[in-house]
Amino acid sequence: MDKFTTHTGVGVPLKRSNVDTDQIIPAVYLKRVTRTGFEDGLFAAWRNDPDFVLNDPTYASGSVLVAGPDFGTGSSREHAVWALQNYGFRAVISSRFADIFRGNSGKAGLVAAQVDEKVVQRLWDWLEDNPGGEVTVDLESRTVRAGAGEDAVEDSFDIDDYTRWRLLEGLDDIGITLGHDADITDFEASRPSWKPVTA
Amino acid sequence: MGKTLSEKVWDEHVVRSAPGEPDLLYIDLHLLHEVTSPQAFDGLRLAGRTVRRPDLTLATEDHNVPTVDWDKPIADPVSRTQVETLRKNCADFGVRLHPLGDVEQGIVHVVGPQLGLTQPGMTIVCGDSHTSTHGAFGAIAFGIGTSEVEHVLATQTLTQARPKTMAVTINGSLPEGVTAKDMVLTLITHTGTGGGQGYIVEYRGQAIEELSMEGRMTVCNMSIEWGAKAGLIAPDQTTFDYIEGKPEAPKGADWDAAVAHWKTLRTDDDAVFDREIELDASTMTPFVTWGTNPGQGAPLGATIPSPDDFDEPNDKVATEKALHYMGLEAGTPLREVKVDTVFVGSCTNGRIEDLRLAASILEGRHVADDTRLLVVPGSVRVRLQAEAEGLDKVFLAAGAEWRGAGCSMCLGMNPDQLAPGERSASTSNRNFEGRQGKGGRTHLVSVPVAAATAVRGTLSSPADLAALA
Ligand code: SF4
Repeated sequence: MDKFTTHTGVGVPLKRSNVDTDQIIPAVYLKRVTRTGFEDGLFAAWRNDPDFVLNDPTYASGSVLVAGPDFGTGSSREHAVWALQNYGFRAVISSRFADIFRGNSGKAGLVAAQVDEKVVQRLWDWLEDNPGGEVTVDLESRTVRAGAGEDAVEDSFDIDDYTRWRLLEGLDDIGITLGHDADITDFEASRPSWKPVTA
Repeated sequence: MGKTLSEKVWDEHVVRSAPGEPDLLYIDLHLLHEVTSPQAFDGLRLAGRTVRRPDLTLATEDHNVPTVDWDKPIADPVSRTQVETLRKNCADFGVRLHPLGDVEQGIVHVVGPQLGLTQPGMTIVCGDSHTSTHGAFGAIAFGIGTSEVEHVLATQTLTQARPKTMAVTINGSLPEGVTAKDMVLTLITHTGTGGGQGYIVEYRGQAIEELSMEGRMTVCNMSIEWGAKAGLIAPDQTTFDYIEGKPEAPKGADWDAAVAHWKTLRTDDDAVFDREIELDASTMTPFVTWGTNPGQGAPLGATIPSPDDFDEPNDKVATEKALHYMGLEAGTPLREVKVDTVFVGSCTNGRIEDLRLAASILEGRHVADDTRLLVVPGSVRVRLQAEAEGLDKVFLAAGAEWRGAGCSMCLGMNPDQLAPGERSASTSNRNFEGRQGKGGRTHLVSVPVAAATAVRGTLSSPADLAALA
């Protein structure tokens, strides 16, 4: 996984709450057996609407999504994270993420930055005044920033320490766990014999 | 201080814990299906890794398979490739697979319990959010993403931060004709879709104890719909009776040892939950959704709400968007909403008890003109059992379609989908925009409401049906 320290890119306001994973990528797009190529399914239904934000050329190179609360609810499909990444997003800012989505983001290298609901509103307001403006997600200092001077937005975001550390270092979770192989083997030796097996 | 049930199960599975790090949790059972596993197996190959415990791993085909012509090659080439990829991966890595056509094939969350692989006190994961279903047995069970699937394949463990604990106590008894589905839909509308976020929830109280295992699975299944990490129910005699004699259940002395341990899996009297919610089952009624998330629901006897009924600006906007998508007018009685397709099935309500209940209402009645009823068993075993009991004949005589096992119309992926603008009453768990097919409109309902709706053609409960002569 690539390291993530800070990212600055065009902010895209997605003014909706409860953006579920079926909206992020509908099930018909989940048939691929690769991790790439899912950008065509990203928000597929909404992209039919000419007024949808991603159809606005201002946001063509958008890479920081600023969304309403309860982002990523529903299905466990990591394809939702891949679709956002395949499209070009590096970070999503919301006041509340669904657990599985947040976990998947951390594993796949997308930053899910949880902020206060007021910060989302301020970023939306700022983006309305500055369409196509850039938003910074700084993982090192855990801050989101947009603009300068009077109307600048700057606030902290939440991300758990462990995920932050792994993203900053670009570490592979499986590799870390395999370093504890002896602990796993010890644990297995103590499992009750009546626990079910499939073989 | 004592421990809660979920803390007991969690603690029994901690391989390693260190300050500032998530726990490393051992996984007792890893379930796989065709959609969320191919990239995980690819990852193993790339890194030259193996499956650590194929003997704790089980795969089935469910999401992307047709429910007709299951003895023929899958027509859609992309779907066929995905299913064939699972078959190749299972063969290459030595994982037991129940493919389409196999007598144990079915929805992954129906197959685990019916094989007896789902047992109290286990940790169970699957690349599917409704893995929470297995919590009905007193297991910690939750959905994971594909990177985590790869992690479990390679290590049989997961790194997990310890969730907070919540108790949902449902007092009293459900009135006649009100089901576990109505109970959980009522709960989700009460809490909102994010209400459970960060918690493992223990469902308890008289109404939960009185549920069958099927009903408990329905409740736990929908834990994820209000954002909970997992939902579980303390195992009791109902649980033990259900498991005993199942193919993979412990036998003889193992059974005795297992039950002795399972009996310890209860929340201690002096344990403290981080949060508690109480509801009264005796006031619950048939409950349906009108919007585009499972928290947008109301009693069947109510009218469609207006955005003005909500105080929160986000709720107002969400209601407006939902009504627009659903093609509904505020103020319309829910009972007047006309339905095109009724779907009985899914891991929420596709078990034998559900089909028996549907058949008991449909017997001697007929599906309304202009309405289609699709009955889809959750597994091949459920299908065979239903056919042995003659339920298929009841469904066919009522004018329903009787299908093969799979996820079917629960998600718009396999050939069973709603057409744009089509409206369904569905016993599944998600009413998101387009969930059952692009442009499709979903009302989540219980099995009795689904059956009665099929007969009347509008959202209905069995109480609305004319008595049989
Ligand atoms: S029946 Fe629906 S919810 Fe259940 S596993 Fe299948 S797609 Fe998921």
